Amino acid sequence: MSTATEEKKAPLGGRFVGATANYLDERTSLSGFVKALGRKVFPDHWSFMLGEIALWSFVVVLISGTFLTFFFQASMVETYYTGAYDPMRGIPMSVAMESTLHISFDLRGGLLVRQLHHWAALTFVAGIGVHMLRVFFTGAFRKPRELNWVVGFVLFVLAMAEGFTGYSLPDDVLSGNGLRIIDGMLKAVPVIGPWISYLLFGGEFPGHDIVGRLYALHILILPLIVIALIAIHLVLMIVNKHTQFAGPGRTNSNVVGFPMMPVYMSKMGGFFFIVFGALVLIASLVQINPIWGYGPYDPSPVSAGTQPDWYIGFADGALRLAPPHLDWVIAGKVYPMGILIPLIVLVVFIILVAIYPFIEAWITGDKREHHIAQRPRNAATRTAIGAAGVWFYAMLWAAASSDLIATHFRLTMEGVIHALQIGLILGTVVVYFITKRVCIALQKKDREIVLHGYESGRIVRLPGGEFQEVHKPVDEYERWKLVADETFEPLIVRPNDQGKIKGKFRAAMSRWFFEDRLQPLTNAEYQAALEHQEHALHEFGDDDHGHGAIESGDSKH
Amino acid sequence: MEHDDSKGALKEYVPSSGLAVSIDDPVQNPGLPPHRERLTDVDPKAAKRAERTIYTLFYISVAASIWAVAAYMLFPIEDQELTSIRQNNLFIGLGIAFALLAIGIGAIHWSKTLMSDKEHVEERHTTRGSEETREAVVEAFRTANEESGFGRRKMIRNSLFAAVIASVLPGITLFRGLAPHDGENSPVDLLKQTMWKEGEHLTRDPSGTRIKASDVTLGSAFHVIPESLAKMGHDEGMLNEKAKAMVLMVRMSPEQLTEREERKDWSYDGIVAYSKVCTHVGCPVALYEQQTHHLLCPCHQSQFDVSDEAKVVFGPASRPLPQLPITVDAEGYLIAQSDFHEPVGPSFWEIR
Repeated sequence: MSTATEEKKAPLGGRFVGATANYLDERTSLSGFVKALGRKVFPDHWSFMLGEIALWSFVVVLISGTFLTFFFQASMVETYYTGAYDPMRGIPMSVAMESTLHISFDLRGGLLVRQLHHWAALTFVAGIGVHMLRVFFTGAFRKPRELNWVVGFVLFVLAMAEGFTGYSLPDDVLSGNGLRIIDGMLKAVPVIGPWISYLLFGGEFPGHDIVGRLYALHILILPLIVIALIAIHLVLMIVNKHTQFAGPGRTNSNVVGFPMMPVYMSKMGGFFFIVFGALVLIASLVQINPIWGYGPYDPSPVSAGTQPDWYIGFADGALRLAPPHLDWVIAGKVYPMGILIPLIVLVVFIILVAIYPFIEAWITGDKREHHIAQRPRNAATRTAIGAAGVWFYAMLWAAASSDLIATHFRLTMEGVIHALQIGLILGTVVVYFITKRVCIALQKKDREIVLHGYESGRIVRLPGGEFQEVHKPVDEYERWKLVADETFEPLIVRPNDQGKIKGKFRAAMSRWFFEDRLQPLTNAEYQAALEHQEHALHEFGDDDHGHGAIESGDSKH
Repeated sequence: MEHDDSKGALKEYVPSSGLAVSIDDPVQNPGLPPHRERLTDVDPKAAKRAERTIYTLFYISVAASIWAVAAYMLFPIEDQELTSIRQNNLFIGLGIAFALLAIGIGAIHWSKTLMSDKEHVEERHTTRGSEETREAVVEAFRTANEESGFGRRKMIRNSLFAAVIASVLPGITLFRGLAPHDGENSPVDLLKQTMWKEGEHLTRDPSGTRIKASDVTLGSAFHVIPESLAKMGHDEGMLNEKAKAMVLMVRMSPEQLTEREERKDWSYDGIVAYSKVCTHVGCPVALYEQQTHHLLCPCHQSQFDVSDEAKVVFGPASRPLPQLPITVDAEGYLIAQSDFHEPVGPSFWEIR
């Protein structure tokens, strides 16, 4: 985009740029757009970069994927590989597998692009994941951003769908086994299970259609929706403006940061090249999905220690943790609960993730806009819920590698599964309580630092023989970050005109959320504490720096 | 904004703060801290250095790009040379990687050292549209409704809804064509039968050579397919049949086997054959543990005890592996007595 600033005498950037800008503006009103966005201010924080990792790795996925479509053939017709890689020559396989081998071994740079595509896809999902965690733990999903949370959530699900459909395309042993598992899960669906599988595979598993069908989803429909949703996600981000962390000069009604042009254009653009470069570096150094080692799909062989791509791990792990003998027979029909229970648990889990903003908004009843990203400790219950959720996910995820955990650490397979089953249920509860207590303790620590200063490490002996450590006040601007601005209190329900009590459930939920809390600091308390600190320092003969201008060596916060 | 409050419609919107506690006397925000100058702001030499670093990085990028193109030509993929594939991948990749990284690092270094780092403050506006705008939108809908009669002419409206919903149905119907119309075999029937039949020889997977009972030594495990499967081509649905008919066969001493009375003759002299399709979600149950007689599915770790009718001893599977009744023909080769007596593979609604 060129700067559309127009000056009659000497156009900025020379006559050609000036003429071009004028030409475009007279036909598109582009100047208004550039004026609005060109100097738009974005706040700065390292954690705001996590979403960018997802965005840029998606761009890399698109670029590398487009290259691959020029060579990949999504057909399950039988053929023989005749290319450069000797061990695979003459083995019967599908055209899909053969063209993947051709890309890997016979096309210069083909293996590089294939590996780049896979690594970028893994990074894309990971980027979304950590970005979602940042948004969750800082409360950046609060009004007006609930809808954008949902858009992002759908993108996360679609990214996993993209990953899985792509994983299934080369028609090697691993991808075929992945599909076999999907087939088994589909068949478990009550009433219509066998028919869903029959329609998806175009007959019996594996059939001759599935690769072509997944290909259409993988390169057309899913990317289309992903691109549309990313556009919505970014437009909403611009409309809502980015959140910022509490800090000196930052309020709920302003944005403090750097302008789009030139700083963010350079930083974001530069970061695109760094993400792209890092992914190419990984792709050129680290092998991924060596299908030639697995061979073409055949339902019979399988190797021990097979792993799905990382983002499918939690679903695979959930399947592993179900206890045995759970086929329920009701009125002659079979409910394979060993599969249905994990499926239900997963669906409930991700739905809870999707609707969490609305649950919290309902409990707080808060309809105001929030633009300050919270420190996780200041929303203790939410942070505890999030940590418990992460633990729950992590247990399922670890379960997908239960066999490798067992062999690497020389444990029994059964022992690992039982430990993970216990960890999944008990651990989630324990993590919740520990996190909540830690958050509240950290709030108290912040409060103490604000009111009494930080421990300077200087021990003073008082005339009476008593030893005391000198506490020094934190620099004024750092201190502000530690002052939690507001809190919520539980809803107290009272009888209405008819003598009925309504909203008991919400009251209970709000007690759960806000029973344990610190009252916000008043300015009077704050000023009194500062005076006290100054006074104490004066007594120790340590006030030579004067009020508020203490060295800000305390970089912990 | 000026409005007449008595009308009520254009009142200033004040969102509820819900359960939030506001205090009268909050701590005051100290405001933006004074701007701290960077080394490059005060020392022209440092700025010059930064400039040199940045353009050097950009030129390195140009060189790396040229290198990547050269590597494309210098490291062709030679027939049957694994090293050449590796070198092609590595040297093109490193070239592209450094070309991109150098641009990125250069651009970010530029923004951090030389571009202004003065913080700007921009005011936010409430996301909600102004009262006037919202009123205008409501007015637009009201006028449109009046002019069309959308709300008034209920029959038109409802019949339109019905028509639009119904128009989707043909499209959905077309998707029935995803799977073949096979009049005789519903998917459930297909799931309940395999290629095994009386007299079908058990053969090695994938070679298709027959197996003599005397060749099956004690403790050994065989991956088995029906003889007629081995002769099928892929386009005849070989994989579909294999996905159901594959079998794992082991031999142990007959006294180790726990067998029901009616199944006593399903085994032959300690040789038992079970479906290799896991009853959990269908992976091949391919790992045989000789000492414990357990079959392990590598996908989700279901374990089946082969000495005890392949019952589930651990893991998420529910049903035992179906047993293939076997015997020998006149020449001592292993054959099937019949198909499986129950469906193989994952459980489903109509499995019983």
